[in-house]
Amino acid sequence: MNSPAASTTLARSASPAEAGAWPGMRWALRRDLKLALRSRSELGVQLLFYVIVVSLFPLASSPDRNLLMAMGPGVLWVAALLASLLSLPRLFASDYADGVLEQIALSPYPLPALVSGKIAAHWLTTGLPVVLLAPLLGLQYALDGEALTVLTFALLLGTPILSLLGAIGAALTLGLRGGGSLLALLVLPLCVPVLIFGAGAVAAVQAGLGATGNLQLLGAGLLVAIVGAPLAASAAIRIALD
Amino acid sequence: MNYFRYSSPAAFYPLAGTLARVFGWIAVLLAIAGLWIGFAIAPTDFQQGDAYRIIFIHVPAAWMSMFIYLVMAFWSALSLGLNARLSAMMAQALAPTGALMTFIALWTGAFWGRPTWGTYWAWDARMTSELILLFLYFGVIALRNAIDDDRRADRACAVLTLVGAVNVPIIYFSVQWWNTLHQGSTISLVAAPRMATIMLTGMLVMTFAAWFYAIAVALVRVRCIILEREQGAAWTSQLTEPGKS
Repeated sequence: MNSPAASTTLARSASPAEAGAWPGMRWALRRDLKLALRSRSELGVQLLFYVIVVSLFPLASSPDRNLLMAMGPGVLWVAALLASLLSLPRLFASDYADGVLEQIALSPYPLPALVSGKIAAHWLTTGLPVVLLAPLLGLQYALDGEALTVLTFALLLGTPILSLLGAIGAALTLGLRGGGSLLALLVLPLCVPVLIFGAGAVAAVQAGLGATGNLQLLGAGLLVAIVGAPLAASAAIRIALD
Repeated sequence: MNYFRYSSPAAFYPLAGTLARVFGWIAVLLAIAGLWIGFAIAPTDFQQGDAYRIIFIHVPAAWMSMFIYLVMAFWSALSLGLNARLSAMMAQALAPTGALMTFIALWTGAFWGRPTWGTYWAWDARMTSELILLFLYFGVIALRNAIDDDRRADRACAVLTLVGAVNVPIIYFSVQWWNTLHQGSTISLVAAPRMATIMLTGMLVMTFAAWFYAIAVALVRVRCIILEREQGAAWTSQLTEPGKS
């Protein structure tokens, strides 16, 4: 019933005495990265989704340069949010389905550390590609160099928050019917500030104001989320496993 | 006196019934008084005409919508911290009323905005944050409905409510800042001329009416929740089928 492979590798890798937060985080990060890289096509599809959504907006509105410049940051941010949302169910769901999550929760490592590692892996495989693609897609929206730099930097600060907040929602909806749309309902309203500050940073640069304020607020949000979200997500996982 | 006596659903059930009746009647009386002040006594506003009278509904609803979320967060924290069942039931009972108040605030605001601002909807900071608050209420209710196991639902909703409560002020300020960043505020509720005493009185009376209404309705709802969850317990079967023991 219990999967011996999963439990023994985790238990053997550290005796309880040395089961600290960092080794736990590293273990979860390495494992999830390995799993993600073994299903590369899935990652590619998510990235394509992002590219396609961004490319659809000019088709649906107009290719007018001024309009595109005004719309661009918002569109890229909303698309990044949707792409992150799309990949969230993968974060815990498959581990929950095959029982690994239970073994993880039973391991001597602190659960928030393991969850942090999983979230970090999620961001590296879904958030980071979105950030790296953003300058290219921004060109489609006639954004100039400075706006592109700020946009990329804002996404670099903001997409981890999306993964962190999303992890709470993903943990809360583990194993529920209608999980996907429910997840959207839970997570999207919480992401509003990220969207506002992220797109606002680019808009501020375009308007000739500095983006520092927006970026600092994003950074502050990231710090709060790094501390709080893994705790809330692990509480939610424990609730789901009960 | 043991204050924790009423944290047991069986002890709270009759008390909630009595309190609900009392608060319900107070709410009715206050609402009659408030509406009478608002619609019969208060004079017509020289700038906004009679359209301003919607504030007697709108402002209390908007206040309650935010206040109820705080109360929900309070009960959620208690239910998580003390593992108290009744606290979770209170949080559950408050959610629909909170959503209703938020909806009323948005709806009446739209109808006030049409004659006054010339538009049903503007992306004003307050309106936007109220809209997001409505989504948060819907999220909590939907999460509750998606989970079959009551105890898991209680705790999951408590976590979600608390995460939302941390986020509500951030949302409020971000939205406010976003709006001022885009355009100077051309329309503002704050800049309205100082309110006449009689209008303020009407509004306050209506606020208390909304308050007591919310308490009464939440208590009635919590009674239903208690009965649903405790079905099968000896004291509930005595209540529903007095003949059998």
